[in-house]
Amino acid sequence: MVDARVGRILASAIAALLLLVAWGAAGAVQVTDDRGVTVRLAQPPQRIVSLLPSLTESVCGLGQCGRLVGVDRYSDDPASVRALPKLGGGLDPNIEAVVALRPDVVLMAASSRAVARLESLGLKVVTLEPRSYADVRRVLQQIAALLDVPDALRVWREIEAGVDAAARLVPPAAKHLRVYFEAGRGPYAASESSFIGETLARLGVKSIVPGDLGPFPRINPEFVVRMDPDLIMISQAEAPGLELRPGWSDLRAIREHHVCLFSPADSQLIVRPGPRMAQAARLMAQCIARNAPGAK
Amino acid sequence: MSMSSIAAAPRVPGSHRRAMAVGAALMLLALGLLLLGVCVGSTGFESILRSWDDPIAWQIVRDIRLPRTLGAWLAGLLLGLAGAVAQGLFRNPLADPYLLGSASGAALGLALALAFMGVSPFATQWVLRLGLTGAAFVGAVAGVLLTLTLAQGVQHTLRLLLAGVIVGVVLGAARDLVTLGVPEVLQGMQAFMLGSTGFVGWGACAVMAVVALPCLAVAWALGRALDALSLGETTAASLGLPLTAMRAALIAVLALATGAAVAQTGLIAFVGLAAPHLVRSAVKTTHGRLVLLSALTGGALLMAADVLARWLIAPQELPVGVLTALLGGSYLLWLMHRRMGAGSRSP
Repeated sequence: MVDARVGRILASAIAALLLLVAWGAAGAVQVTDDRGVTVRLAQPPQRIVSLLPSLTESVCGLGQCGRLVGVDRYSDDPASVRALPKLGGGLDPNIEAVVALRPDVVLMAASSRAVARLESLGLKVVTLEPRSYADVRRVLQQIAALLDVPDALRVWREIEAGVDAAARLVPPAAKHLRVYFEAGRGPYAASESSFIGETLARLGVKSIVPGDLGPFPRINPEFVVRMDPDLIMISQAEAPGLELRPGWSDLRAIREHHVCLFSPADSQLIVRPGPRMAQAARLMAQCIARNAPGAK
Repeated sequence: MSMSSIAAAPRVPGSHRRAMAVGAALMLLALGLLLLGVCVGSTGFESILRSWDDPIAWQIVRDIRLPRTLGAWLAGLLLGLAGAVAQGLFRNPLADPYLLGSASGAALGLALALAFMGVSPFATQWVLRLGLTGAAFVGAVAGVLLTLTLAQGVQHTLRLLLAGVIVGVVLGAARDLVTLGVPEVLQGMQAFMLGSTGFVGWGACAVMAVVALPCLAVAWALGRALDALSLGETTAASLGLPLTAMRAALIAVLALATGAAVAQTGLIAFVGLAAPHLVRSAVKTTHGRLVLLSALTGGALLMAADVLARWLIAPQELPVGVLTALLGGSYLLWLMHRRMGAGSRSP
């Protein structure tokens, strides 16, 4: 009799304890970042500083733009982040300005020397750097876990649906076109293993630069001549003098004007792995459709 | 022949008192700049005014502005010291602290660390443990050791200079190869090449202070060797000085001082080259004092540049290396112009 009562009391005490633990843990969030460091916060962060444009866009993609209190000087999308304090570049942020904003967490790339400095000042730093489709999906999930919002998979499905919709803009005749995408002066090309190469593959075309050279290898202009691409995609800023590059005046794509020039804003959009990949895919699909065999 | 009679600089009466006065003025200047540095930043004077009741404002003043201002002084001090030692050692007014391959070594070390960071979890852990600063320091020291190996020791000034130039070029090329293989490190490298005092904390200050004290002491104690060297190597040798050992010690000072400064603040241009010239234009003195005064000048120069870098386009920041090159360079140019003007007038 007595034993049963003690047992009941004990059971309810344990239940209460479990409840308390569960309640305490409900507020806490944790995420393991690109360095393998597990960052734990007692509550989901309400004041966020983002020092990488693709992370800024990911936070906003999850509908949490309002929690951003400061961004790096290159974050410019969506328009609302342009009004936020600019804290310098991701690699040379203004430490004092970041600390003054009292952020609960700082999102940035791991390669910055500022990571160690900000952590030594007692700030929580989560380093994430999306470089591929799989990364974008993973980073969305990590940020969603950190912010304690459920939308990661929905946002990811929207991106995928957007890319699929873009792929439907590409006419069958344009499938298997071979594309040279120049990502920067050097020239640096986007290879098959870059996320731009992945977008091209999803659109049904192919980068002329093999993936084993790394995502954005510096290539010899001669390589492009030898590979003889069907289509060239390049930023307007790099375009002047394209036909003056050695051997390029006879390049089939240039002779037949199969060159897409992206405006500076569009190029910015295309080279950022983040929620706007669907928009980027759409721009590239439109370019491919314009230059499909038999178009015009 | 007594040691005191071989001082390189002409013994102007009162030069000792003048050197002391310049030193005191530089210390006062540094103190003033330290006060100014505490007040200037992206959040402005507000942080000072509110630092009594606002913990964040207090943290900004105590843990960001103070250490970075002091760190700029220490880094400039190390570079000014290294510059004076290099110019004395190589008897060349164009010698700068980066001469023996430490700059290119540090840059290569950093490039390798950045490139390895993403490769595998094991490599990332290793890099994180060493830290980017540690990688740069190891690179700087390795660069100097490579130069010494190529030059087969410290006996021959010309061989050392040539080896330094060669190591600089070869390691620079190796760094370019790394950035070609992993273009993502390019931006990180650029931030390093421009130099910045923005990431200096108390830990970095402690490291630089620990390096600076013995370096200053050794360089000051070996000032006589530099004086003797300025008369030519044969004369110096005929004085019976243990030249090889003294040279080795001075090169160790050069390598350590430069390595510590470069690792913490990146490649800061011109401070090491300009500081000894500024001192020589103000006072004629022996190398022992020149080394100390040059260190103080370098400190004041970098500190001023750091304050300006935070001030000019606040709340944003300029890379401090750009400012030192502009400030030091234009002053040196003016100095040269003035001397040439005076030279052409005198018969």
